[in-house]
Amino acid sequence: MTDIQAQIDVLPGLDPGAQLLEVNDLHVEFRTRDGVSHAVNGANFRLEPGETLAILGESGCGKSVTAQAIMGILDSPPGYVTRGEVKYRGVDLLQLKEAERRKVRANRIAMIFQDALSALNPVFSVGFQLAELFRKHRGMSRQDAKKRSIELLDQVRIPAARERIGDYPHQFSGGMRQRVMIAMALALDPEILIADEPTTALDVTVQAQIMGLLAELQRERDMGLILITHDMGVVADVADRISVMYAGKVVEEAPVYDIYARPAHPYTKALLSSIPRLDMKGQQLSVIKGLPPALNAIPAGCAFHPRCAYARDQCRQDPPPPAYDVALGRTARCHFWREVIGDE
Amino acid sequence: MFRYLIRRLLQMVLTFFGATFIVYALMFANQTDPIQALAGERPITDSQRLALTERYHLDEPFLGQYWHYMKGLLTGDFGISLTNRKISEMMADAWPVTIRLALIAIVIVAIVAIVAGVISGIRRGGTFDNVTLVLTLVVLSMPIVVLAPLARLVFGIQLGWFPPTATRDAGFYELLLPALVLGSLVVATELRVTRSAVAENLRSDYVRTARAKGLTRQRVVGVHVLRNSLIPVVTLIGVDLGNLMSGAIVTEGVFNIPGVGFNLFRAIKTEDGPLVVGFVSVLVIVFLMVNLLVDLLYAALDPRIRYE
Amino acid sequence: MSDPQAVTTAESAVGRDKPRSLAGDAWRDLRRNKIFWVAAVLVTVFVVMAIVPAVFGAGDPRDCALSRQHDGPSGNAFFGYDFQGCDVYAKAVYGARNSILVGLLSTLLAGTIGLIMGLTAGYFGGWVDAVLSRGIDVVLGLPFLLAAIVLARRLSSDPSNNGFWAVIVTLGFLGWTTAARVMRSSVIASKNQDYVAAARMLGSGPARLMMKHILPNSTAAFIVVLTILLGTNIATEATLTFLGVGLKGDAISWGIMINEAGPNVRTAAEPLVWPSVFLALTVLAFIMLGDAVRDAFDPKLR
Ligand SMILES: Nc1ncnc2c1ncn2[C@@H]1O[C@H](COP(=O)(O)OP(=O)(O)O)[C@@H](O)[C@H]1O
Ligand code: SF4
Ligand SMILES: [Mg+2]
Repeated sequence: MTDIQAQIDVLPGLDPGAQLLEVNDLHVEFRTRDGVSHAVNGANFRLEPGETLAILGESGCGKSVTAQAIMGILDSPPGYVTRGEVKYRGVDLLQLKEAERRKVRANRIAMIFQDALSALNPVFSVGFQLAELFRKHRGMSRQDAKKRSIELLDQVRIPAARERIGDYPHQFSGGMRQRVMIAMALALDPEILIADEPTTALDVTVQAQIMGLLAELQRERDMGLILITHDMGVVADVADRISVMYAGKVVEEAPVYDIYARPAHPYTKALLSSIPRLDMKGQQLSVIKGLPPALNAIPAGCAFHPRCAYARDQCRQDPPPPAYDVALGRTARCHFWREVIGDE
Repeated sequence: MFRYLIRRLLQMVLTFFGATFIVYALMFANQTDPIQALAGERPITDSQRLALTERYHLDEPFLGQYWHYMKGLLTGDFGISLTNRKISEMMADAWPVTIRLALIAIVIVAIVAIVAGVISGIRRGGTFDNVTLVLTLVVLSMPIVVLAPLARLVFGIQLGWFPPTATRDAGFYELLLPALVLGSLVVATELRVTRSAVAENLRSDYVRTARAKGLTRQRVVGVHVLRNSLIPVVTLIGVDLGNLMSGAIVTEGVFNIPGVGFNLFRAIKTEDGPLVVGFVSVLVIVFLMVNLLVDLLYAALDPRIRYE
Repeated sequence: MSDPQAVTTAESAVGRDKPRSLAGDAWRDLRRNKIFWVAAVLVTVFVVMAIVPAVFGAGDPRDCALSRQHDGPSGNAFFGYDFQGCDVYAKAVYGARNSILVGLLSTLLAGTIGLIMGLTAGYFGGWVDAVLSRGIDVVLGLPFLLAAIVLARRLSSDPSNNGFWAVIVTLGFLGWTTAARVMRSSVIASKNQDYVAAARMLGSGPARLMMKHILPNSTAAFIVVLTILLGTNIATEATLTFLGVGLKGDAISWGIMINEAGPNVRTAAEPLVWPSVFLALTVLAFIMLGDAVRDAFDPKLR
């Protein structure tokens, strides 16, 4: 692979020894006819090679927007990054010119999406969509690109890859389509993979297969994986650390074991108590009373206070809680985290 | 694909018989004097009367007449005009210039509609888009009987930029003004459809994927979005062709271009019934054939149809 | 939209509003649409012209004298005289009546046919729908103007006929398909809605169901289609007339004026230009009106 790596232009300021990915104080807003939605309001996290970071939260709390901001593929307008840093190996991606940024995508940071059927272009064969990566980023010939594409489909275990390379997305099953997406994301050997709800649209058995495949490919390549999900059940087995998002903020970040053992934020705690039992499939997370706030009208103070069992006057009146250090590598945005964590 | 084709073919056959039957019935059914109807208000001699009766089998029952008419159509025998010329020969003479005219119009329309439609679709709500929308509205509501004579008056006669008439062997330049007039009949709808298809496709998930793949904006729009946006535009071609045919009658009439439309225009003016029926029938057939081709093209562009 | 101030104002405006109805929303949108106002003014002008042409200070359109052939514009005849020595302005003004009347009546006819066909196909579904939909296919399978030429010619073959009803019937019988399709799909859409199902369970018969529950929901789309059809019908009438199979004889009509002025346009342009302008503006007005109303009811499409 080294010859291929050499073909990628070197990013100015790239420091191979620096943190793989570091997101600091990221803010994203959408300016629409109905006002400004503050979709992300100061997201922070870090990622190491080989590590799996799960981003967890109810739908609408800004997970996908965060991922899109990291990739630089926000719909703009209406979406704008208004503050913050996205540092890849010491380079702030937000400061790069579009042409440089483009080289980061797929080469260094790749992404897969929830609904593979709509995420793949319906009128091109999967072979075309895969080969496109090799041809545009690596300048390969059609034949070479096709050969590499078949190899890739083999690697994600699509049976009879050679015959299926000319098939169109709608001819694949849901699980196979997601495998195609994964193949596409891994084509150029990225160091970071962002998977936005990769299994939400799939059956339970297929979900497990896809998660297994992702974990295996990650191990093989020592990739950093950001796994976005709203399903706490999925992350327990695969994640190393978890960031819990609420109303566009990371409200708690901790190693996976600690979160499950002793959550430090009332929201995390509520999520945990709502992990679906097998007999309640499809109803996960609905147990927390109330809805997440509309992002163009986020409550003052702690955004969670209208739904929080621990809320008191301070939560409404004080500025939003900062990220308190709970332990080494653990933070929580709750004034009363001590009470939450000790309370059982 | 096969099933799609068969279904389309069956539908076309049905439409073909339905359409020709309607045309024929309108012409001949339940007339007190079908021969006079064919000849309009002009006087006819007894020998003409006899010839027409024989020609259209007017002494037979209606379905028999229709049968003979269909047989003629399918074997390329379109009848004889009141001026005693073979309609198939007149047609062979008229097609080349009409086809040239239509091709010029279609190329202009395709370029303008796709380029302007894509720009409008990308910059929705911008100045270009708003101006284009108003312009298409104006073009859309310009009746061809207004456009053709006025364009000829202003650009052909008063300004003299283009020749106001064209001959049988007219080249590109002579046909440009009439082609622009003709093209304006369909350019507005094509442009609007392109625009909304582009705007809609730009919002779709696969565009996000394409951007995540690090493709350039040109490639995302020019390959991924455009290819999807062309599907609805192509399905419009069939409808457009009908408009182009109607437009050609007036345009060729106004500019004196001796094509198919001009022949029909003159046939109507001179009340030459057999000529009208012959030309209309052929145009209906062409229309149906092209629509079948468009269906095939549609299938070629959209794999979801192909593998249905 | 990148101006934050503007965004905040928009936000508070939305916040203040009471719950709005679809029609109220559409009206608010329409009122702010310049195109709508231009169209409304033009439509009013031409409708008044059709009803009381005298208001426009035109002379007698039938007062012609060959001695005035192709005389230029003057205080008596603002647009001059045509080759028969008729006052072009007077003829253009009086021509509005036939155009608008033919447009209106043919649209009513097409609308009625479309309404019945669409309602029937949509409501009963099954083989009724299949047959009617194939029927629509066949009519759409005909190139419109070609069919209209044949039909109009057939209907007005009697020389004493001035073509008025022939054109109306032609346009009505060939133009109902879009209206029928719109009707059909909105019936199918609303048939499955809860309140319609509920009304059906409470024992409403088909006629009552359609009149009370389904029709009101489809009106907006239907009216838009008909408004635009009105515009195109006026244009097609002029085209048929121009070709000699529409209005005939001594009828006063823009199509006839354009046709007659054509051969003489090198000597006199006015007799061609003015009826063209009147015709184009009338058609434009109705199409713009339909367009604006559609945009107001369906802002997504913009
Ligand atoms: N294209 C967009 N236009 C306007 N608002 C958007 C857009 N995309 C996302 N948003 C806003 O951002 C919020 C968060 O969305 P998202 O990140 O997709 O949530 P999730 O956590 O479920 O992935 C949404 O509720 C919406 O208000
Ligand atoms: S700060 Fe207050 S409202 Fe917010 S989570 Fe903690 S206790 Fe609940
Ligand atoms: Mg999401």
